[in-house]
Amino acid sequence: MHLDHAHSAPSAVSADAQRPDGTRRALRIGLGGPVGSGKTATVAALCRALRDQFSLAVVTNDIYTREDAEFLLREAVLPPERIAAVETGACPHTAIRDDISANLEAVEDLEDEVGPLDLVLVESGGDNLTATFSKGLVDAQIFVIDVAGGDDIPRKGGPGVTTADLLVVNKTDLAPYVGSDLARMAADAKAQRAELPVVFQSLRSEAGVADVSAWVRARLAAWTA
Amino acid sequence: MSRAALLVLADGRFPAGGHAHSGGAEEAVKAGRITGAASLEAFCRGRLHTVGLVGAALAAAAAAGADPVELDAAADARTPSPALRGAARRLGRQLMRAARAAWPSDELDALAGEFPKGAHQPVVLGVTARAAGLGAQDAAYCAAYESVSGPATAVVRLLSLDPFEATGVLARLAPELDLMVDRAVAAGRAVPGEGVDVLPAASGPLLEIGAEAHAGWPVRLFAS
Ligand SMILES: Nc1nc2c(ncn2[C@@H]2O[C@H](COP(=O)(O)OP(=O)(O)O)[C@@H](O)[C@H]2O)c(=O)[nH]1
Ligand SMILES: [Mg+2]
Repeated sequence: MHLDHAHSAPSAVSADAQRPDGTRRALRIGLGGPVGSGKTATVAALCRALRDQFSLAVVTNDIYTREDAEFLLREAVLPPERIAAVETGACPHTAIRDDISANLEAVEDLEDEVGPLDLVLVESGGDNLTATFSKGLVDAQIFVIDVAGGDDIPRKGGPGVTTADLLVVNKTDLAPYVGSDLARMAADAKAQRAELPVVFQSLRSEAGVADVSAWVRARLAAWTA
Repeated sequence: MSRAALLVLADGRFPAGGHAHSGGAEEAVKAGRITGAASLEAFCRGRLHTVGLVGAALAAAAAAGADPVELDAAADARTPSPALRGAARRLGRQLMRAARAAWPSDELDALAGEFPKGAHQPVVLGVTARAAGLGAQDAAYCAAYESVSGPATAVVRLLSLDPFEATGVLARLAPELDLMVDRAVAAGRAVPGEGVDVLPAASGPLLEIGAEAHAGWPVRLFAS
């Protein structure tokens, strides 16, 4: 039995901005939100928009393993070695919040194997409105909802809607068909989030992911400044 | 010795990656070998007497100060399935991260340096117990209990088994768990003097075969 009180080396903890070799690690951005809201589609669009300028990788946390990873592979948004899938034991929110070990390992393995990286996108498997990412895993989080999930979601709030660094209201192209009131969603989001930013987007439109990718670029600039 | 530190280490919410592993239960459920509380109990008893005993002895030996590199090789020799070796090393690496944050120690740093991709989880568990000021018996208890609590929790999710029934299974196994720990501690404490060959080498072939099958599934909920 020994308790080592004299220990002085830095304890290798997750949120350290430095890698063991002293270089700055990649910025990590989490994408959460309900199933089907457009997280994977947003990740794919972000990869297309940013990959020529930045070194990227993606970690997916499927509810069933690998579906999102396989979609990204099929779409060929990044080479396969830059996409890793993490198994979540039927509890996607646990893997991004309460016990982030497997995700951290995936992020670090990507940096070791295909690094140096500028940005790692971590997509949550998506279950409910309360799932948020631990600060030990990501530096910033994007919460993706869609207009078809009901235009009362911003009003209902919840940790994702209220506290995410960026709220994305996706699939605005569908609003006329599902009777969602975008102005009301915007007002409710403003009431919940005060100054935190909100983006309304349709990935089917010309502009696509432009606003979100501009936000990500700004975070990257701040991270490397 | 700190009993409170043992509670921290044994807590099912200790963030060391275990929640994503079913200890073979996912495969056994699909194969129809676990269908409810009674078959879960039989499955857990089988694990306890095989991988549970071996893991507990490895953890006890590491906590007693045996060479972790030799113990890791002994763990490999007792784990025929490559999928299970991989899972044990991943879990060892994940435990290492949590352990170094909770109980910073030179021995943990050295072990992490020796095995950057992870040593077998029970070995890391034993070294973690040392760093936490715990003993061989504590380490063995953690390992033996994890060998059955993981599958029990997983089956609650996989079969929607009544959680009270699953906890009842674990409570009924407790006396047997005490006996396994006694054997594991006796073996583990003997390792520093007599070498790793005194460690038990019990194995469950169906667990090994099942793990290989499970690793090949295209769609699964648990990592092992
Ligand atoms: N109409 C429309 N469909 C979209 C949009 N974004 C995503 N989708 C579709 O919504 C479905 C679910 O998207 P996905 O990205 O897989 O959702 P995830 O579960 O949040 O990852 C897919 O069929 C996408 O093609 C959008 O802006 N407009
Ligand atoms: Mg998805």
